[in-house]
Parts: sequence; C-alpha cells; structure tokens
Amino acid sequence: MTPVPPPPARLRHAAAYLPAAAVLLAVLCLLSLAFGSRAVPIAQVADALFDRAGADPQIEAIVWNVRMPRTAAGLLVGAALGLAGALMQGLTRNPLADPGLLGVSAGASFAIVLAVAAFGASTAPTNLIWYAFAGALAGAVSVHLLGGLGRGGATPVKTALAGIAVTFLLGSFTSALVLRSPLALDRFRFWAAGSLTSADAATLWQVTPLLAAAAVLALATAPALNSLALGEDVAVALGRRVGLIRLRATLAITVLAGTAVAVAGPIVFIGLVTPHLARMVTGPDHRRILALTLLGAPSLLIAADVLGRVVARPEEIQAGIVVAFLGGPFFIALARRRRLAEM
Amino acid sequence: MTAIRAEGLTLAYDDRTVVSDLDLQIPPGRVTVVVGANACGKSTLLRALARLMRPVHGAVLLDGRAIHSLPTRQVARQVGILPQAPVAPEGISVLDLVGRGRSPHQTWWRQWSTADEQAVAAALAATGMTDLAHRPVDELSGGQRQRAWIAMAVAQQTPVLLLDEPTTYLDLAHQVDVLDLVTDLNRRDGRTVVMVLHDLNQACRYADHLVVMRDGRIAAEGDPAAVVTAELVTEVFGLDCRVVPDPVTATPMVIPLSRHHPARAVTA
Ligand SMILES: Nc1ncnc2c1ncn2[C@@H]1O[C@H](COP(=O)(O)OP(=O)(O)O)[C@@H](O)[C@H]1O
Ligand SMILES: [Mg+2]
Repeated sequence: MTPVPPPPARLRHAAAYLPAAAVLLAVLCLLSLAFGSRAVPIAQVADALFDRAGADPQIEAIVWNVRMPRTAAGLLVGAALGLAGALMQGLTRNPLADPGLLGVSAGASFAIVLAVAAFGASTAPTNLIWYAFAGALAGAVSVHLLGGLGRGGATPVKTALAGIAVTFLLGSFTSALVLRSPLALDRFRFWAAGSLTSADAATLWQVTPLLAAAAVLALATAPALNSLALGEDVAVALGRRVGLIRLRATLAITVLAGTAVAVAGPIVFIGLVTPHLARMVTGPDHRRILALTLLGAPSLLIAADVLGRVVARPEEIQAGIVVAFLGGPFFIALARRRRLAEM
Repeated sequence: MTAIRAEGLTLAYDDRTVVSDLDLQIPPGRVTVVVGANACGKSTLLRALARLMRPVHGAVLLDGRAIHSLPTRQVARQVGILPQAPVAPEGISVLDLVGRGRSPHQTWWRQWSTADEQAVAAALAATGMTDLAHRPVDELSGGQRQRAWIAMAVAQQTPVLLLDEPTTYLDLAHQVDVLDLVTDLNRRDGRTVVMVLHDLNQACRYADHLVVMRDGRIAAEGDPAAVVTAELVTEVFGLDCRVVPDPVTATPMVIPLSRHHPARAVTA
C-alpha cells in the first residue's frame, strides 16, 4: 500500500505556533504588569514582583493590587470570549459569530442591569453571574430563532442581522434602565464600555474554576465540531449526536460569555477576530483553532488594554473601546468577503 | 455480513409523505443501484437507510434490529453514507477530510491510532488520491473532489456504503472512473454498496440489483436485464424509448425517442 507522502515544509513548520503563541502571551502579561497610566521604571516593577519586602510599598501596591488582577482579568476574559466565539463559529458554521454580535453579551448585560436597577441585586460579579448566564442564553436563543425566520432558514448574514437587531434592542432597554437609576448609571458607565478594572482578585479566583470547566468542555467538543463542519448529515453518518453537541457547546458558550460579561462588561470582536486569525495559521481543524484561540484571545485583549493605558496618558481608554476600534475594520473586511455565505 | 432491510417504510417531511409503505431488502455484498425520476424520493430513501431520517411508520433494520434503536456510533461503524453534494470547510486538506472519516473509531482518550493511519492511507490509495493528500479540497477539480469525499467514506471502513449520485457534475470519463472505483470497493473488499444514479445505462451496467422508484414506491426491482423494458421506462420516466443490448456489456441500454426522433421501422 502506498504510504502517504510527508506534508510540505510549510505545513510542518506551522506546528510551532502553540509555543510561539504562549511566549507572546507571557510577554504581553509582563508588559501589562510593567506599563500603566502611571509610568513606573521597569526595575522597580521587577523589584515589586520578585522582592516584595524590599520594594517601594506604593509601587508594590500598584503592581500587585491593580495591575496583577487587571492582567488576570485580561487572561480570563480574553480566553473566555475567544473560546466562546470559536465555539459559536464552529457550531453555527457562521463566520460572523461572536458573543458580542449574536446577542449573547447583550442578553447578559441586559439581565445584569435589570437585576441591579430593577430588583436591587448586589453588584458583586459573583452574584451577577447567574443573571448573566440566563441573559446570555436568552439572547443567544432569540437571535437563533429570529435568524431562522423566513424563507431558506438561517444564513450567516441573516443571523448576524438578527444579532445586531437584538443587540440594539436590548442595548436601548439597558440604557433606559441605567438612565433611570443613578446608582446603576454610576456603576455601569464604566462597565458597559468593557473594562478589565472592575473585578478584584477575590472575584477572579471565584470565577476561575467555572471558566476552567467551561474551557475543558469547549476543548472536548472540538472533535465533534470537526465532524459537524462537514454538514449535519455527514456528522450523523460519522456517529455524532448533533443535539448533544449543540447542548454541550451552548452550555460552554453561556458560561464563558456570561462570566466574561459579568466580569468585564460586553466586549465585542475578541470572539470574532481571534478564531479567524487562529484559523489562518492552523487551517480548519477545530482542536487546533480552539487551542490557539485559548492563547491568542487573551493576548489580543491584554495588548488592547495595555495600548489603552499608554496612548492617552494620564487618562485611560477602556480595553473594550480599543478592541472595538481595531476590530471594526476587520469585521467589515470579513463581511465583504464573497465566500462568506458558503462556510 | 451486515444485512440492511426496510420494512413498511413511510417517510415524510413535515406532513408531506415522500415515501410510502416501502419494503426493500438490500442484497449483502452486492451493488444495488436506485433509479427514478427527479424528486421521486431516492435521496430520502437513502437517508433513511443511513438513519439520517426517522421514519413515520415502519423501520430500517440493521441485522434485524431497528437502526434508530442502535447506538449511533455503532451504526457509524457499519453504515457509511456520502450525501448528495456535501460541502467541505474552506481550506481543508484531502488528508484532513479523509481522516475525519475515522471519527467513529476514535474515542476521546484514543484520538489517532495506527489503524487510523492505515485506513486513511488505504482509502487514499484506493481512490488514487495519495499524491494529492496535502492539497486543499477547494483547489481540486470536480472529479478529484468527489474522489476525496468517497475516500472519506471509504476510510470509515463500513461494510455498507451508501452513495447519493456520486457521479453528478462529473464529465463522462470521471463518471466511469468513480463507478469503477465503487465496483472495486465491492469486488475487492466485499462491501455492500447502495447508490443512486441518474444514468439508466450506467445503472444497468454497474448494478447487481436494480431498484426502480416511482412516486415514493418501488415500481420494479431485480436483475437489470429482467427489469428494464421499454414499457417500464415509459411508465416510470414518461419517456418513449427502445431498449437494446449494450454492445459492450450486453446489459439493457435505453435509447430515448423524442418528437423529432420517432421510432423508425427497424430494417434488417
Ligand atoms: N429537506 C426537505 N424538506 C422538505 N422537502 C424535501 C426535503 N428534501 C426533499 N424534499 C422533497 O421530497 C421529495 C423527494 O426528494 P428527494 O428524495 O430528494 O428526491 P430525489 O433524490 O429522488 O430527487 C421532493 O419532492 C423534495 O422536494
Ligand atoms: Mg436526490
């Protein structure tokens, strides 16, 4: 029997992408600790990191109490949004899928604001998470149903339009609620722009196991998504239970995106852009796409956050705004592609 | 040998019945070809045989047991199907596509084995795709693409293989290529093959068992030589024709008549 020829060099070298992405992420984390709206010499940052007792107490506090949780929030939220986006794109075979665009984040935001402004819920993120899950799920389901209305069922563009409609609608409800409640206004002004500074270390520790479980679920769904990518009929023919795949992926998306919104507010485009960039490197294997997205999405978010701290010194621009600024053109380029409808 | 059979099968989309009360026994280890006019329910029948569609009444039986009651992974190791016009994800390589046919044999703790390796290499070799293994599927010609998909179904290593119009959109030479390949799979590996074909003459050449469908029912079945007559073709396809022996294989060959080409008295 003829053996399969070895892959061309181009494909063999592509295997180095994971270590490279890990190094990039580590470097960006260090930058995030080193740079802030207040310029701190790098040597003092190193002191604060590695010799806490001997460091300037003020700098130590900045690095450990401000920049460290903020970097951790970037890691967690970035990974969660990236994985959620990659799962949504794989599940719906819609290249425009993103929790921020298909109503998931908007649903979570609305549920959170409703809980706080109307029902007087406490604003601790761990408390808000359950509202966020419910809202994320409701948002995703309504976009899915709306996108499937009419002749020919759901197409990527129709679903994206439904997502935009639901996002605007829920966004206006959210604004109305926030404007009526001074307390909510004060708190949500910041949160609604997508910021990594809202969550403290204790909150982050509490959401980490939840996110880790959802990430494992997401990665374990990757082989099934590879089958689903060949069409529903072929997936069933290959022994996949499509309903179960949908259920698992939806559960993971809800937890990932809902938690991300509760921690950092609605941040768009991370979940859209990163899986596309990852796919350019890895090709269409979802195991690789998800693995690379897991490292690439936090890199992107942390890079945006660092950028937002240094471009407007001594003011800051929230990470969500920087990401939207960079991601918008990408979205337009993607939507203009001719082959879009065929994915 | 895996036996597949339909009993009192009724299939419907929403409330529109497409196949009604159909009984069919697929001969094991043989090539069965399904023919019939457009929209008579061929694809629907094939999808039901592969449990892609749940019957309204009746059942598809795999070795005597209702296929829908069996674990779907177990079915996936026995019955493979290549649907009509499948779509490959952008940028996927032939090797990746064919490898995905192995998923019913994989578990989360054992993703890729030497058995998978060998099955993929054998499927590529059988379909003549070895040299194109690393090429993206969307850069292949129609015939090569169809062979890549067949290779995926072959790598699944199922004793029963269902193919829905594997020759559509191919030029004549590639049609013959694909049909010979399917015959190899049957003769060499003893696989049971069921395929839907459009061309009656090809169906007669390649079928051990011919199933002629009309409006969701079986109008006739059996050895093509016994089944295909001018009367049957007129009844099923609404086409006047003459049936003569194929000069190469001596199987029935359907020569259509038309308004501009009416039958002439045959002069000897
Ligand atoms: N997914 C579907 N939903 C509704 N009707 C369908 C669907 N697929 C096929 N049909 C209808 O069922 C009938 C039989 O279709 P099909 O089995 O594809 O025919 P064939 O393969 O013989 O051309 C046709 O009238 C077709 O319009
Ligand atoms: Mg058909």
